[in-house]
Amino acid sequence: MTRNVDAIVVGGGIHGCSTALHLCLAGLKPVLIEKDYAGRHASGVNAGGVRQLARHVPEIPLSIRSMGIWEKISDLLDDDCSFESYGQVLVAENDEELAVCRARVAELNALGFTHEELIDATELRHLVPAVAETCPGGVVSRRDGAANPAQTTTAFRRKAEQLGATVREGVAASNIRQSDGLWHVDVGTETFAAPVLVNAAGAWAGKIAAALGEPVPVETVAPMLMITSRVPHFIDPVVILRGRKLSFKQFKNGTVLIGGGHLATPDQDRNETVLDWKSLAISARTVFELFPVMRSATIVRAWAGIEAKMKDDIPVFGPSSRHKGLYHQFGFSLHGFQLGPGAGAVMAELIVNGGTQTRVSDLGIDRFHPSTL
Amino acid sequence: MTMAPKREAYDVVVIGAGPAGLAAAATSAEAGLSTLLLDENIGPGGQVFRAIASTPVTERDQLGADYWVGADLVQALRASSAEVIHRATVWSLDRNLEIAVSIGGASAFVKARRVILATGALERPFPIPGWTLPGVMTAGAAQTMLKSSALVPDGRTVIAGQGPLLWLLAAQILRLGGRIDRILDTTERGNYFAALPHAFAFLTSPYFTKGLSMMREVKAKVQVVSGVTELAAAGDGQLASVSYVAGGKRETIAADLLLLHQGVVPNVNLAMSAGIEHRWDDLQLCWSPVLDASGNSSVPGIAIAGDGAGIGGANAAVVRGRIAARAAVEALAPATAAKLAPMATLRADLAKAERGRIFLDTLFRPSPQFRIPSGDTIVCRCEEVTAKDVLDSVAIGATGPNQLKAYRRTGMGPCQGRLCGLTVTELMAQARGKTPQEIGYYRLRAPVKPITLAELAAVPKSEADVKAVVRG
Repeated sequence: MTRNVDAIVVGGGIHGCSTALHLCLAGLKPVLIEKDYAGRHASGVNAGGVRQLARHVPEIPLSIRSMGIWEKISDLLDDDCSFESYGQVLVAENDEELAVCRARVAELNALGFTHEELIDATELRHLVPAVAETCPGGVVSRRDGAANPAQTTTAFRRKAEQLGATVREGVAASNIRQSDGLWHVDVGTETFAAPVLVNAAGAWAGKIAAALGEPVPVETVAPMLMITSRVPHFIDPVVILRGRKLSFKQFKNGTVLIGGGHLATPDQDRNETVLDWKSLAISARTVFELFPVMRSATIVRAWAGIEAKMKDDIPVFGPSSRHKGLYHQFGFSLHGFQLGPGAGAVMAELIVNGGTQTRVSDLGIDRFHPSTL
Repeated sequence: MTMAPKREAYDVVVIGAGPAGLAAAATSAEAGLSTLLLDENIGPGGQVFRAIASTPVTERDQLGADYWVGADLVQALRASSAEVIHRATVWSLDRNLEIAVSIGGASAFVKARRVILATGALERPFPIPGWTLPGVMTAGAAQTMLKSSALVPDGRTVIAGQGPLLWLLAAQILRLGGRIDRILDTTERGNYFAALPHAFAFLTSPYFTKGLSMMREVKAKVQVVSGVTELAAAGDGQLASVSYVAGGKRETIAADLLLLHQGVVPNVNLAMSAGIEHRWDDLQLCWSPVLDASGNSSVPGIAIAGDGAGIGGANAAVVRGRIAARAAVEALAPATAAKLAPMATLRADLAKAERGRIFLDTLFRPSPQFRIPSGDTIVCRCEEVTAKDVLDSVAIGATGPNQLKAYRRTGMGPCQGRLCGLTVTELMAQARGKTPQEIGYYRLRAPVKPITLAELAAVPKSEADVKAVVRG
């Protein structure tokens, strides 16, 4: 039997959950379909960085829109998502890197963006006292911070359901087709039909897009993270390095999350990743050099989430260029968590109003031509 | 003295030098395969033969004849060409058969063509009110002290729980002159009837006479209260008393030390982190790996032997170790397999060693109230999460152990769920009216034992530091 709904959202990551929630807020009744459970992959196991800092220019408007929602996340979700805002700091380890930082901030200022601020060695030491003496400065984005990704994604899912979204977890969406102006999707023995289909299937979204005639240059990657035992409090902001693959965050309970984008080997069919300890050792060496206080901390867990990375490192966001009623929201390329709240809000505007005030036109799927694949 | 592995790759790497690992490594090396045995302890023996090569206990009777069987296994291993490294903590194993091992504070990576996991058993959690108080410890921890240092309790000591190891420990403590004030036997009365149909196999098994004489020996010296249906430890920052209900009557006794034990379960940490499929075992009430008759797991190249393959005891572990090793020899050097005992003989030995196991599993099946806590009783001690906290999270949408982390951080502390995993699964299964198989288990990941950042930073560089874009 086919059940008619207002929209079908495929993928229970933070993006699918946020879009489902915002559709509910706009008065629609969506169904959210997740093959595992909400937050099982990238959205639930990422570093939790809530970052406007160091973003590609085309996605900055979406990031700024999202930041406004993050700052009132409790009002939206009745859950604080463990969001905290101590800023994010990009550290330049030498003068060459600082010059790149200076140019970047100037470029943003010229475009009218002021969230990134160049800092000198004194301000850097003030924000991050533990950083090595030799670092000449960097960039800070003061409103940035971090949240608990699993808690956040779960809270979006829970609120969407409370507001009337139908949630189907544990069964994959299959047999996606369009007939008589409606999208039909099978979920186990059920079939849903709706005028709107949102492809927010993360690492699995590229296959859906390709099957619907819109192939894009996307690969599946699995960035690794590790977390340490509790160490005495020594740092507030999230720290990322300009020149090396490292991001660094100490939580309230003292544990320290070390990330930065070294990759594991993903196995999408098994929902598994095989870690690369030799790359994690590079991260460990960087932390060892920069933060001597961390040397005796123990590593209690390492993991990797499975996600989609676009060839040009920016997401695919907006209406399909081929099918009416189809929208894409994927390919966030290792930096989609902060964008989730805003992307859901903008996507709901695109679906309900046919447009949005937030500039997302550079993110469309139409930027890829078959010759670029 | 630090001893790193001599080679980067081996035919067979055996992990764990208990009965299964000792037998597997000796068998594999005897057949000419390059064999590395990695073991966490300072000497061979595992838990059952702990300190077999170094124990200060010289009076053989005190630890029992079964203990000294371990000495023969050690001798066979030492006579073989197997490379053996102790104090070697394997902290990662993956489906490419890459092993990361920490030895004397330095980590090394080795690759194997076959891995035999012989990581044995862990004590089942016993989450009663007050179980996290100082002064409450597991019987296994007490036995470790006893075997390696001949240390026995001298304060007011209560032993509570059930199972063959409980009686063995009690007997060992008494023989070494230790003190036991009372034994609280939590075996459910109904279990005696349930176990009866399996009694014949048990009566003809080696367990029977030994077990019976040990219980007699203990009961002659210590007051034993049977049919205990409730149990709680209490004290202000330190154990002061133990209260229990038996036969409908509550009693509280002063105590300095409470030793808890309700059986052992497979140590699945390394196996699960390698991606090996496990199933819930409804009789033994634990996760057991899915294995074929030779011990091969769902990950090609990794076999499991000993109690890690499902609780079977030391005698079965030895045979399972030989079977897994023989299977590895058949795969890697078929010509030399003929030198080894035939598979049919080994399988017959295993059937014999496993006789009586169903009887024990049924008789000593722990009661629900000692496995599934309620109210303010702590479930996850690292993050101090109570049973009520877990149930509250289930009520607002937590469906399994991994989802629960988003609500309560259970299993995210230093122990990574190694202590609370079974409790969380059974508690959530009960709350949601599902089977433990449906509820599932924590996704376990390396490092299976914590390593220091400094140690990871010191592993040899294999490739140039890749400069790339930074991401959060």
